[in-house]
Amino acid sequence: MSSSDQNGGTTTLELVLAWGFVGIPLLWGVYGTLVNAMKLFQ
Amino acid sequence: MSVISILDRSHSVARPAFSRWMVPPAALCIHLCIGQVYAFSVFNLPMTKLIGITKSAPDDWKLTELGWIFSIAIFFLGASAAVFGRWVEEGGPRRAMFAAALCFGGGFIVSAFGVWVHQLWIIYLGYGVLGGIGLGLGYISPVSTLLKWFPDRPGMATGMAIMGFGGGAMIASPLSVWLMGLFSSPTHVGVGKTFIVMGLIYTCFMLVGSAIVRVPPPGWRPAGFVPHATPKKLVTAKDVYVYQALKTPQFWLIWVVLCMNVTAGIGVLGQASAMSQEMFPGRVTAAAAGGFVGLLSIFNMAGRFFWASTSDHIGRKNTYYIFFLLGIVLYSLVPYFGSAGNLPLFIICFLVILSMYGGGFATVPAYLRDMFGTRYVGAIHGLLITAWSVAGVLGPVLVNYIRQYQIDSGVPKAQAYNVTMYIMAGLLVIGLIANFLIKAVDDRHHMDPETADDLIGVG
Repeated sequence: MSSSDQNGGTTTLELVLAWGFVGIPLLWGVYGTLVNAMKLFQ
Repeated sequence: MSVISILDRSHSVARPAFSRWMVPPAALCIHLCIGQVYAFSVFNLPMTKLIGITKSAPDDWKLTELGWIFSIAIFFLGASAAVFGRWVEEGGPRRAMFAAALCFGGGFIVSAFGVWVHQLWIIYLGYGVLGGIGLGLGYISPVSTLLKWFPDRPGMATGMAIMGFGGGAMIASPLSVWLMGLFSSPTHVGVGKTFIVMGLIYTCFMLVGSAIVRVPPPGWRPAGFVPHATPKKLVTAKDVYVYQALKTPQFWLIWVVLCMNVTAGIGVLGQASAMSQEMFPGRVTAAAAGGFVGLLSIFNMAGRFFWASTSDHIGRKNTYYIFFLLGIVLYSLVPYFGSAGNLPLFIICFLVILSMYGGGFATVPAYLRDMFGTRYVGAIHGLLITAWSVAGVLGPVLVNYIRQYQIDSGVPKAQAYNVTMYIMAGLLVIGLIANFLIKAVDDRHHMDPETADDLIGVG
């Protein structure tokens, strides 16, 4: 347990989970759009 | 402690050692979901075949009737942001995000019922009205909280959240298509079940945001942050009450700035596919045009983060000067690149224009904070969203009607957008003048601290 957790603060794991929760769907959406956008250059 | 009281501002105050970097993901939970509204059109065609399944039956809904769902939702986005802005600001972000989750998710569930009984007015009421209110509450709910957590980088903070709104459609569009494919059968097109699943997913996702959001304790400042000893001329340390802001010329000038910037961008975004094919006949296929629209969406999203973050360094007013001056040049060059058949430069022009369109949305909350302080910035931002509603009508109407007028007058399709581009450049000149006229808010509009505390108590 990190010191910040003992203070009722935020742990690194919580930050990773929070950013992963929103980042993974966003990256998935951007990747799909980018693949689709490549048709412009074909 | 009652369940409802958990949603109060007082119960969402951060403990010491809480990381402010937890707040942007909370905001993104909301904005990634409500950004789905830009992808709602993927349901339109399947909803014209709810009875006929393989092709439209006489009793099926028409595309023109279905188009109203999006329009009603956008109208209620603006209206609810304006009406509930003060409620959002005074109740705190958790309560507002919770309400937004229930409204937006509930809008899908009500719409699923509308599909089931085949009553379009129920969908207008569900996704349009209820979902639209969720959109408005959700859009403004994390703004002032982010500004308070990131006084050193307010543009970057709100840029991150509003970037999510731009990215939401990129998730929603393939997800909707995949779910409809999963639920479709010889007797159903799968729209109703897709609405239910999406309503549940979005409600849960947004509730996570509501659970992890925190407001900073009174007087909190980031470690090492020291406000400028001599405040910048256009950045106030005082607050303006929400309705008092309406009495300042600064509010209306920023309203014009946002409206002009959005009008110019939104009209192009809606017509990008047709425009690229008509201006470059035989060179841009329908599939390539789809790719062009996708690329525009990515630049629209990335521009929100890039330009809002840049505004922290160069100032809000200068950022909008860039939007307008560069926009005027680029819009004026588009007809030239079109007639010269220069597709790469045509594409680059629009990518930059769309990045500035997104940037305009993302930079405006920080502009409002600079002018009116942080206390009521969320509510003032809500009132400003009406500029978006007006632009949402003005932009597409200008592009569509002028194009049609040109074609009816015998202008070739490849040149039918030229006049529109010059008109868009003209709108940006109006925005440029409005931006130039923005000065610091007169001191008589500022609240004194005692009045501010009383108002919070009433709220």
